[in-house]
Amino acid sequence: MSAPSAVVEPLVRVTGVRKSFGSLEVLRGVDLAVAAGEVTCVIGPSGSGKSTLLRCINHLEKIQGGEISVGGQLIGYREKNGNLHEMRDAEVRKQRAEIGMVFQSFNLFPHMSVMENICEAPRSVRGKSKQEAEAQAMVLLKKVGLVEKVNAYPGQLSGGQQQRIAIARALAMEPRLMLFDEPTSALDPELVGEVLDVIEALAASGMTMIVVTHEMGFARRVANKVVFMDQGLVVEEGPPETFFGNPREDRTRAFLRAVL
Amino acid sequence: MSVVTTQTGEPSSSQAVRKIIPMRRTGTWITAIIVLAISAMVIDSLANNPNLNWAVVGQHLTAPLILRGLWTTIWLTVVTIIIGYILGTGLAAMRLSKNVVLNAVSWAYVWLFRSIPLLVLLLFWFNIAAIYPRIEVPFSDQLIWIASLVSGQEIDPKALSAPSQQLITTMMAALFGLIMHEAAYAAEIVRGGILSVHHGQQESATALGLSKFRIFTRIILPQAMRSIIPAAGNSFIGMLKGTSIVSVLAVEDLLYSAQIIYNFNYHVIPLLLVATIWYVILTSVLSIFQYYIERHYARGSRSSESPAGMAIGFVGAQVARVLSRKQ
Repeated sequence: MSAPSAVVEPLVRVTGVRKSFGSLEVLRGVDLAVAAGEVTCVIGPSGSGKSTLLRCINHLEKIQGGEISVGGQLIGYREKNGNLHEMRDAEVRKQRAEIGMVFQSFNLFPHMSVMENICEAPRSVRGKSKQEAEAQAMVLLKKVGLVEKVNAYPGQLSGGQQQRIAIARALAMEPRLMLFDEPTSALDPELVGEVLDVIEALAASGMTMIVVTHEMGFARRVANKVVFMDQGLVVEEGPPETFFGNPREDRTRAFLRAVL
Repeated sequence: MSVVTTQTGEPSSSQAVRKIIPMRRTGTWITAIIVLAISAMVIDSLANNPNLNWAVVGQHLTAPLILRGLWTTIWLTVVTIIIGYILGTGLAAMRLSKNVVLNAVSWAYVWLFRSIPLLVLLLFWFNIAAIYPRIEVPFSDQLIWIASLVSGQEIDPKALSAPSQQLITTMMAALFGLIMHEAAYAAEIVRGGILSVHHGQQESATALGLSKFRIFTRIILPQAMRSIIPAAGNSFIGMLKGTSIVSVLAVEDLLYSAQIIYNFNYHVIPLLLVATIWYVILTSVLSIFQYYIERHYARGSRSSESPAGMAIGFVGAQVARVLSRKQ
């Protein structure tokens, strides 16, 4: 199964993943490999299964076939006597803690201040002390450029600011992998840039990321690899230059014509 | 074009400042006067009505028996609310769980205890001895058998049980009935509040690796509180007055204490007024509490305050100031 070029085991390996909601098959055998330190942008029409794929990677959705592994560890299942045994909640939680996720609708906790939002998981999951967690939060807030909003509540922030806080909150868990699910789709156009800048800086720092996005400029600029999905399958993937410059598949060409 | 824009752009001298004349609100005034007149008549008829006998009301307002009844009403209400809501939250969590059995049991409980009128439920508890004459420790027969084997002595087979009538006092019967009733309503109120929290909250907390318990207590419940509190406030006040039903079990609550006195001196109306005054005071205190709790859980939201809320806040602040000055 391993790709001929991959000498090192990729950080994320998705093999033949299937997922259905009732009779609707959303993922129909998806394969994907993401090397450590690489940025993969997943694009495709809505309903193509991009978001579902992300949600399967941190086991927010259970898969019905195939395998997903992160860092060589199967996600959500344990192999025993040739069978896959479903993991207990506590074990899945440990795996999730290593994977940061940023949502389209930010999903900050509205009843908590920015500081409390960022410190909640490091304190309750990682068992960090208040001082430790808060010191780390300040470092992250500096990174996303929102130190002055430390005591604000999410409702007092713009969409772009909320999304940057959400990124800081995910980073506070010191994840090995970051998943971005259309991080700028819910933003006013003038706020998209500030969020993409933060994500781009994060990419430059060597974070492994899978970004589902409609921002083609961003994908072209930042991605190491662009993956095009349609109807629950990966149609085409490749480095951005060849992907955007010389797409192989008709469906890719049709999609790019429509969005560019 | 440019000439026109300069003319409209600057306030010209020909357009002298025009006064805004508010609309005449004759109807508003007339209605207000009529309502005030009717209110004055009602108040006058009550205040100067010899049958209400305000002097007797004043005499009994702080009578020892009334204060003792008041205390019973307060603690019955408080204990019922606290235990009722703890059970109700558990029932709500059961109802929302994926476990089919827990789900069904919770549904059945709510269905049953919302169907039984509180008065009927209280009468059942009052007559519990007719259903279960004796109450025993679970597996008491086996326990006694083992104990007699170990000690080698004959042990009274009734050692681990007692007559229900002895064990369940009328006060306990009243409390159990009230709690079971309140828990059923609390379950629905809490469940509604939990359902009002956006699904993304659960999702992002899960993605961060928080435990289910932590997500429920730290993320979901505090947000659910915003819609739980107004409904719960209603049910607290309902329960406060609902406790007066226990007077049928001869539990000496506020109402029953008033009844004891008027059965003795025949001042029925003044003593009902005494009870009413205390119920009004307790309800007002609860309303003030509700205002502060609502404000606490509104953290992070920008909803503006209603005038009524501000009035309650003002009254609350004045009361607090007077109390602090007394100390």
